[in-house]
Amino acid sequence: MKLLNGIAASPGIVIGKALVLDSEDISIQQKTIKESSIPKEITRLQDALTMTRAEIMGIRDKISHEIGQEHGDIFNAHLMVLEDRVIIEEVMERIKKEKFSAEYIFSQVLKKYIQSFLKIDDEYLRERVSDISDVGRRVIRHLVGDQRSSLTDLKEKVIVVAYDLSPSDTAVMNRKNVIGFATDIGGRTSHTAIMAKSLEIPAVVGLEKATHTIKTGDLIILDGSAGTIILNPGAAELSKYRQEQLRYSDFNKGLKRFKDLPCITKDGRRLELAANIELPSETDSVLSHGADGIGLYRSEFLYMNRVGLPSEEDQYQAYKTVVLAMAPKPVIVRTFDLGGDKFLSHLEMPHEMNPFLGWRAIRFCLATPDIFKVQLRAILRASAHGKLRLMYPMISGVGEVRQANKLLEEARNELRAKRIHFDPKMEIGAMIEIPSAALTCDILASEVDFFSIGTNDLIQYALAVDRINEKIAYLYEPAHPAVLRLLKMIIDTGHSKKIWVGICGEMSGDPLLTPVLVGLGIDEISTSPVMVPEIKKIVRSMTFTEAEDIAKHALTFNTGDEVIHFLKTKYQQGLRLSAGKK
Amino acid sequence: MLIKKNIKITNPQGLHARPASAFVKIANKYESEVVVRKGQEMVSGKSIMSLMTLAANHGSFLEIEVNGPDAEEAMKELEAFLTHDGEEGDLR
Repeated sequence: MKLLNGIAASPGIVIGKALVLDSEDISIQQKTIKESSIPKEITRLQDALTMTRAEIMGIRDKISHEIGQEHGDIFNAHLMVLEDRVIIEEVMERIKKEKFSAEYIFSQVLKKYIQSFLKIDDEYLRERVSDISDVGRRVIRHLVGDQRSSLTDLKEKVIVVAYDLSPSDTAVMNRKNVIGFATDIGGRTSHTAIMAKSLEIPAVVGLEKATHTIKTGDLIILDGSAGTIILNPGAAELSKYRQEQLRYSDFNKGLKRFKDLPCITKDGRRLELAANIELPSETDSVLSHGADGIGLYRSEFLYMNRVGLPSEEDQYQAYKTVVLAMAPKPVIVRTFDLGGDKFLSHLEMPHEMNPFLGWRAIRFCLATPDIFKVQLRAILRASAHGKLRLMYPMISGVGEVRQANKLLEEARNELRAKRIHFDPKMEIGAMIEIPSAALTCDILASEVDFFSIGTNDLIQYALAVDRINEKIAYLYEPAHPAVLRLLKMIIDTGHSKKIWVGICGEMSGDPLLTPVLVGLGIDEISTSPVMVPEIKKIVRSMTFTEAEDIAKHALTFNTGDEVIHFLKTKYQQGLRLSAGKK
Repeated sequence: MLIKKNIKITNPQGLHARPASAFVKIANKYESEVVVRKGQEMVSGKSIMSLMTLAANHGSFLEIEVNGPDAEEAMKELEAFLTHDGEEGDLR
């Protein structure tokens, strides 16, 4: 038995066999072949290329069908690399001349190209390297007769253990048979974590060496609420966790009762409890979990994994789908939040030393008004179909809000000129996620209808903690006194200026912190769909007065640890803590 | 038929990366061989990997050599692509 500690990314307990995916390197043994086997080797190569081609086309069609054309397009680029005649001819020539196995020569040729691309000072080209490696891995897998089972056709239930999972891994995997995720890298807000939550699959990330320690077929217990993995558990652990698992599923069934009940405190303070989404297909999950709306629709996912920019029509259709599915409930679309950790495959973004402090989000949008206005028009058009709200990410001062609102007004005028309908009263909000915005939110309040506190970035910027660096993950403290003071300031200021204040980071899905948020007077909480029932249950179990007392008390501590300790004690005393959390 | 032409790239995106794939798509529509030369380097215009290695930026000079039965049409379309300066096309 062995215990591995990571970061809790998506709640729930699963027990099952591990499926360990290869590390990222293409490394193949050098193997010589006989002169007489050369024709056979060439045939093997051709067969592998044919099979890879069919495989990529299959994935492309599946993704286009299930998630959307734009996500399938990336695989057309993969096909182009696969069908590159120069590469194929070079590989064949070298097999004849050097007499090494096809997989060895193929990987050598790819490596040569990858190395030369890495040398060129062009961010886009360097990013293409991952596409080329992806294609290369597929071909080599066909050549060596595969050890890495594809995530698409899994025969039995597995817990996937990988260095990291890419959006295309999670998109194609068989959702019925993948029961858990475990990755070496990543934090609470990494792609894997966000995806696991929206797919409702328990996950632990940031395990550092899981792919080295765990072997395919090993029995593991993954506790996505505690952030731990138990490798080769004994009988005692197994029975303990099976019980935990039952308790957790009973607990979840119990939560279903809350689906149609309002999110309201015992003494009648009503909150809007909304959900965060990335893809239009997630609206089903939002509704089935009983959310009051969508508090954060991350629109940048429309821009990822595709070759061209999404057109106004593409975007309009996506927003409209979401708005119609949710109507009359509200939907907040966040305008593109690109850069930083988000992979943007087709705009040639310069390489930056500090991408989180760099040219991204609203800064990028204001610098490329033509691209931005396409999105603004699409959002405005979709607003005619239900209750849409718009918010700008990464606002650092009022100038940016004014500039963005000016472009929005231009977009409105363009639509008016064409007699296209939109909701003239659509609410506009600013995300408060930069300390300078928090400190000047009294000024910002006069330009917008609401604030939404983006805690992931607010914490990272306020505490100077890179949220994807596992080494300093311990410093990423949502309950840090500085964070709580900022929250109080933003909420109080918003209310004194008569605008409502919501919160949409991961912090809003932490049941331990819910009483503090409610007590500080938050008007809207937006979290992963899966967390909605639990948060609702907590809000319904307390009075606003109780919550206010807890918040007031939480603000008196000197460290985040003291705050957490206090909240845990409070829970034990009366407020019941979730069965999934320990 | 063999046609050679020196072309200055005025397409604002140059010929690296994404525009290269559009170039390769055009080149592969024709039977003629397409060779792209920049300085000392010479690569096949039908190979995305080779062309990306060339990393030709906006404003650089390329020599395009097209050789084959449909050389004329091929050159016309490739030249138009390299020198167009309008809106970014749909490169899917």
